Amino acid sequence: MSANFSAFLYLVAGVLFILSLRGLSSPASSRQGNLFGMVGMAIAVATTLANHPPADGLAWVLVIVGIAIGAAIGAVIARRVPMTSMPELVAAFHSLVGMAAVLVAAGAFYAPEAFDIGTPGNIHTQSLVEMSLGVAIGALTFTGSVIAFLKLSARMSGSPIILPARHVINVALAVALVACIVGLVVTGSPVFFWLNVILALTLGVLMIIPIGGADMPVVISMLNSYSGWAAAGIGFTLGNSALIITGALVGSSGAILSYIMCHAMNRSFISVILGGFGGETAAAGGGAGGEQKPAKLGSADDAAFIMKNASKVIIVPGYGMAVAQAQHALREMADMLKKEGVEVKYAIHPVAGRMPGHMNVLLAEANVPYDEVFELEDINSEFAQADIAFVIGANDVTNPAAEEDKTSPIYGMPVLQVWKAGTVMFIKRSLASGYAGIDNPLFYRDNTMMLLGDAKKVTENIVKAM
Amino acid sequence: MEHAAQVVDPFIFRLSIFVLAVFVGYFVVWSVTPALHTPLMSVTNAISSVIVVGALLAGGVANVSSGSGWARAFGFVALIFACINIFGGFLVTQRMLAMYKKKSK
Repeated sequence: MSANFSAFLYLVAGVLFILSLRGLSSPASSRQGNLFGMVGMAIAVATTLANHPPADGLAWVLVIVGIAIGAAIGAVIARRVPMTSMPELVAAFHSLVGMAAVLVAAGAFYAPEAFDIGTPGNIHTQSLVEMSLGVAIGALTFTGSVIAFLKLSARMSGSPIILPARHVINVALAVALVACIVGLVVTGSPVFFWLNVILALTLGVLMIIPIGGADMPVVISMLNSYSGWAAAGIGFTLGNSALIITGALVGSSGAILSYIMCHAMNRSFISVILGGFGGETAAAGGGAGGEQKPAKLGSADDAAFIMKNASKVIIVPGYGMAVAQAQHALREMADMLKKEGVEVKYAIHPVAGRMPGHMNVLLAEANVPYDEVFELEDINSEFAQADIAFVIGANDVTNPAAEEDKTSPIYGMPVLQVWKAGTVMFIKRSLASGYAGIDNPLFYRDNTMMLLGDAKKVTENIVKAM
Repeated sequence: MEHAAQVVDPFIFRLSIFVLAVFVGYFVVWSVTPALHTPLMSVTNAISSVIVVGALLAGGVANVSSGSGWARAFGFVALIFACINIFGGFLVTQRMLAMYKKKSK
């Protein structure tokens, strides 16, 4: 196969990847889009094997065994992972992309002739620059994603870990990293290559540990972006257009998602990166010390009775629903209501859950049709006409302080205006404040009914009472 | 024919592809519906594993020196990682997308 023809095939693969993202503009075209992605990947792999076949029998065995192991592990994970664990799965996948970038660059460094970038110890300067950038971003993505994975899967506390003088340490590390890249480019020595890797790995850890659990949607999008830039860096080294196109697509995709998440929290990207916000420990201050306000507590029977007699109910799911796995019980409740002739809609805040679009997937899993699920801008005006806003496991995203209280830390954040509905029902485990550590004045209003308990149990009780 | 002697560095072509692809990505991703942001992340994961082409090159080098031995080892591990991502990413995306249904009535 000529080099020109294979370059053309890589371009085809790149275009198919663009189409796979394009398909996601609507659920109807999304499945076809995913198929395009798979075809693109198959073309890229087949082209590489045809153009640079493994050198000998052993190499073929390595390649086939490697693909088989990866495919088996990947397929099992994809089938088994519960939908509630998608955020940690995505974080884990990001870490693999990062590590793969580092390893590929290491491979290119030790066998440059296979990549047409020079001979051992005598690699083209330009390739060394591209390679070292890919390595640095890849290594940073790897450890950053591992920390994000540990935090998201609750294997590590979600509260920020603040090292003294962490900004000084990070800047020093970044400077050292740049120095190592220069060193690598000038000398081509493996010492600098591995020093580069180690520094970037350390920086990845230090960058993510001070970021609190509430900011995880931003972190996971940001790491998505980094994994793309790392792939693009390696794409330059290999001179492979499929890899360059994909890296650019993924890089900008992650950057846009980070922007959307920051915007939905009314926070600047910089302040999220600097970290320290959203500690679970901060929650203690709110209710305990202040004056005790009376909140109206309701029972499942009351809630069932009121909802059956309503004409329009808007359900607002949040992370609590995911934790309690309440989505199926919730769908059952919505079905009962629809049978009674009640109009049911779902309202989703962009940062509900731990990653962008998390709630939509959980509702889809529970067979909620996607045309009943609405985004914040599309449904906010409808709360005024709703009889009931049914908030399940969400808190900060419904806090009226964001609109009314200029002193509130979340002031200015776009929120779902549930308080405009006739009655607001809150399913919560306790009256404690939310992830941002801010008291929600809505709990103490006259038209609010608190249903305290586990989201799944309470919903099941409501279904029973109907 | 002095003009013909001026050859553009291939790097510039790669950079052009890269810059244009960033713009394509920008517009394509903004058109993704927010309801599908989770599948977007899992599918971007899968496609960024096209880095597998690098793993195939490194894993398949001719075993002529200790350097190429190392390259094979790195390539082999990278290949496993990338394939976990490719298969896991596409399949989990497929599983998620299959759940999005319209109202039956």
